Amino acid sequence: MTKLNSKIPEGHISEKWTHYRSNQNLVNPANKRKLDIIVVGTGLAGASAAASLGELGFNVKVFCIQDSPRRAHSIAAQGGINAAKNYPNDGDSIFRLFYDTVKGGDYRAREANVYRLAEVSNSIIDQCVAQGVPFAREYGGLLDNRSFGGALVSRTFYARGQTGQQLLLGAYGALSKEVAHGSVEMYTREEMQELVIIDGRARGIITRDNVTGELKRYFGHAVVLASGGYGNVFFLSTNAMNSNGSAAFRCYKQGALFGNPCFTQIHPTCIPVHGDYQSKLTLMSESLRNDGRIWVPKKKEDAQKIQKGELKPTEIDEEDRDYYLERRYPAFGNLVPRDVASRAAKERCDAGFGVGPTGLAVYLDFEDAIKRLGRDVIEARYGNLFQMYEKIVDENPYETPMMIYPAVHYTMGGLWVDYELQTTITGLFSAGEANFSDHGANRLGASALMQGLSDGYFVLPYTMQNYLADQIKVPRISTDENAFEEAEKRARERLEKLMAVKGSQSTDDFHKKLGLIMWENVGMDRNKEDLTKAIEQIRNLREEFWKDVKIPGEIDGLNPELEKAARLADYLELGELMAHDALQREESCGGHFREEHQTDEGEALRDDKKFSFVSCWEYKGEGEKPEMHKEDLNFEFVEVKQRSYK
Amino acid sequence: MNFTLKIWRQKDAKSKGKFEKYSISDISPDCSFLEMLDILNEQLVARGEEPVAFDHDCREGICGTCSLYINGRPHGPDDAITTCQVHMRRFKDGDTIVIEPWRAKPFSVIKDLIVNRNAFDKIIQAGGFISVDTGGIPDANAIPIRKEKADQSMDAASCIGCGACVAACKNASAMLFVAAKVSQFALLPQGRIEAKERVQKMVAKMDELGFGNCTNTYACEAECPKEISVEHIARMNREFFGAKVGGRKNIKK
Amino acid sequence: MAKSGIYQSSLTKKYVIALAGLFLISFLFVHLGINLTVLIPESQDTEAKEIFNKAARFMMLNPVIKVFEIVLFAGFIIHIIYGLILQIHNWMSRPKRYKVEGWSHTSPFSKFMIHTGMIIFIFLIIHLVDFYFKAKFFEGAESVWYDGEEYHDLGALIIQKFQNLGFVIFYIASFLFLGFHLHHAFQSAFQSLGLNHPKYFPFLKALSLITSIIIPVGFTIIPVFIYFQIV
Repeated sequence: MTKLNSKIPEGHISEKWTHYRSNQNLVNPANKRKLDIIVVGTGLAGASAAASLGELGFNVKVFCIQDSPRRAHSIAAQGGINAAKNYPNDGDSIFRLFYDTVKGGDYRAREANVYRLAEVSNSIIDQCVAQGVPFAREYGGLLDNRSFGGALVSRTFYARGQTGQQLLLGAYGALSKEVAHGSVEMYTREEMQELVIIDGRARGIITRDNVTGELKRYFGHAVVLASGGYGNVFFLSTNAMNSNGSAAFRCYKQGALFGNPCFTQIHPTCIPVHGDYQSKLTLMSESLRNDGRIWVPKKKEDAQKIQKGELKPTEIDEEDRDYYLERRYPAFGNLVPRDVASRAAKERCDAGFGVGPTGLAVYLDFEDAIKRLGRDVIEARYGNLFQMYEKIVDENPYETPMMIYPAVHYTMGGLWVDYELQTTITGLFSAGEANFSDHGANRLGASALMQGLSDGYFVLPYTMQNYLADQIKVPRISTDENAFEEAEKRARERLEKLMAVKGSQSTDDFHKKLGLIMWENVGMDRNKEDLTKAIEQIRNLREEFWKDVKIPGEIDGLNPELEKAARLADYLELGELMAHDALQREESCGGHFREEHQTDEGEALRDDKKFSFVSCWEYKGEGEKPEMHKEDLNFEFVEVKQRSYK
Repeated sequence: MNFTLKIWRQKDAKSKGKFEKYSISDISPDCSFLEMLDILNEQLVARGEEPVAFDHDCREGICGTCSLYINGRPHGPDDAITTCQVHMRRFKDGDTIVIEPWRAKPFSVIKDLIVNRNAFDKIIQAGGFISVDTGGIPDANAIPIRKEKADQSMDAASCIGCGACVAACKNASAMLFVAAKVSQFALLPQGRIEAKERVQKMVAKMDELGFGNCTNTYACEAECPKEISVEHIARMNREFFGAKVGGRKNIKK
Repeated sequence: MAKSGIYQSSLTKKYVIALAGLFLISFLFVHLGINLTVLIPESQDTEAKEIFNKAARFMMLNPVIKVFEIVLFAGFIIHIIYGLILQIHNWMSRPKRYKVEGWSHTSPFSKFMIHTGMIIFIFLIIHLVDFYFKAKFFEGAESVWYDGEEYHDLGALIIQKFQNLGFVIFYIASFLFLGFHLHHAFQSAFQSLGLNHPKYFPFLKALSLITSIIIPVGFTIIPVFIYFQIV
């Protein structure tokens, strides 16, 4: 590959990171304050990076679209964060965490990055405890661990059902400390519109102040993009309403390659869709699968009666229930990884065994667990989740089984980055869900928090110095420069163009249509025909959008409809890119399931000979098919096997 | 279900604002409150009117973005949940629902129902953290912490910073918000090190920003979506007293 | 004092108001104790009102009590001024009010402390003019003789006052509001001082309730008994 140099350091996998750090370039403390860094996003990755870089002495400007940096969607993670501490003495190690993550990602992640992730995972826990994150503890006062998402060891640290919130508040605290200290400047309700590139290097961004509508210019010697994932391309997902892929996508349009765009994680335990007015899907923590049993009726006629409301699940006898996960995967049972559990649920519903009014739901039943452990224990473990479920669905999960269905949750794909987390645009770094790096084709539970914080606290503060070491010679560039002017013009023209359409359909109308195309064709199972059709449909929809979208209000001022439309405009291109990627990947792996490529038993069938690579897409201009580059994946330290959870 | 909505409309921070009346019909009882507003907004867009601006993000009750003062109660008629988790089945068919923004001097209206809550960030920046830099940290299990204390700290830490306490308080006081953070750290050995400075700095900032004083009405506790107890306010009062009386430094700003 | 009060931390103001309040409550109990003696009927050793008149004199002339009197007045003034400062600041903290005012599940009395406080303040002024200053200078009081010593018959003054139904009603109403005030005030003072413990706070709340009943009931049975000539 001519274009892609992943810059993996030499040496044994366990020494690569140490080796890198020992030999990298550093910036003299006196020079750090002469260097400006822009961070986009204040989730776990962005906030921790901004805080850590500020502590080192760099001048950091950090941006978020929310009213406060504390609101980033990292807060929604319930379950926990993994680390290879091996506190429970159950055989965990850095290598095992690394191995599990590579295997869980169906061998489509870069070994060196994943190993580093496992290596720094322990420091994350130390760091968070020092920040005052109130992790759950044992009676002896030491930290508690639980098992999560099918791991064979207990390595997940948690803070009640609020792990993401608490970790983010830790990072937010660190960020606030640096704001008070003066090393970090915080900009809220500002949305990145464009990346500014000068002489081939990322040198700044253009933002829109979403309150006044004003476009603003900011210079930085380097830019970090930590703007999260793009799951909202599906309209309905577990992402927050304002989560979007636009910042990353605009960088892609400026030349950053996009890695594995089609790798999407569908989470198996979400509350099913209940109406066409629905705005988002609510995730029920994966931890529920530790005690709940998943089933559908064995007989189709029972399922049909349930769908019509003529039969209650509690009226179905034990022998008429199909505990399909336990049947198909006796070793892991209800605890198989997310991609496997999701697909199995869809398979049953597509075959006509689904429950609920729409037939698109399966039961998650706690009857046995309540019998075995007592209601009190279940309440202590999942009380808040049961309560949340009851609020939304108006059914009591202690008495009748919960209904769940898979929903879009996380995007493994993202901006392609090398070992240093630098994109193909020099000086543009990407961290957290926004980059593609560590999860391959499927992310394991409790690993997203780990990756975000690892990138922000322990990777970027090193690797960025390696880049910035020779940048001290570059004086701050005036934002009156031509490149800023042009970038701002691009941003303004796009917004003006949107406002000028003055069509008849709302942004949400289009978004729902796109979501449906994506879910039907680029969702949980994909095939050549559907994908080809989807590309065509998305193109048509995009054309229609630019002719007929209706955005009320004004361009200069707070205008949520304009914000949404601008993000949707990017999704309408990103959706197509995802379909292209899914189409070229003629294999099934992790969250990417091609119907043409499955075993006789309906399991994902990888093709390691042809597809052991990261697909990296290059933007080729409007309406042009993007060009794919490959980063070959070489597995030196793990043996590549067929994933089996049977 | 059908509803009459009276919604505060205000073009921007400088404009004067007034209540507007809207009728909305055929709402499913399973629809969430914010989805009901989405439907209203879709109708407004179709009519060429500007939709109602309101803050919202995660829609699962954890980000703290959504606000809304509904029929005299922050986050609407249910206890212990945020606005985004309220469902229309909690209302009666034909109800009139009055929707107002949070009202407090430090929370100025930006547009319609959106207010500026940066004051909370400023309070945290005044000292709502533990001053440790990244790296060089001892092992996480080096300091055992009594489970009871850790749990209490977690209770306090569960604050989502939504501002319902301020909105509910007749004095627009931010005591519960500040106390939750002070208390979270005061209960942990890591946090004790700076406890005396932290409480003084955060209280001084809270006062400076123009929040009201606590008169122990406990409306904050009643309306907090995370049910944070006023016990934490008492703890802060204690901490503050200790810091003023026992601390060597008297911090006013 | 008012000026420095404005610049003090909101929490410091709370301590001051709580401490002054608790001190005033303790005074109320003393005052009630003395007042009740007016109801002690004639017995073998004492005449009616004798104990009361003696106690009144003690309270008027004892030098230690005189010092405490100054402290007491200071307590009142501080409690009132700080209460006003807090309240004005609180009103300023919400310049734009709600259309639908909040009715969260809270103690209703806690929302009207300034109002009940104002009523009590008005009562206090009238009370001072009517009783205290008169008593202070023994105005309008007849002389009585106990064991050969001259006393002022303040008890008779009280009995005379409470012959007027309007005054009795006003007196009782004022104490009703004092009860409302105390219902919130007592436990609230402990919360302000940081003395809220899940184990003991319910006890304090109960004590608060009892105080808010005993004080007004104690004070109001006097005019009721006198008016209806029960004693």
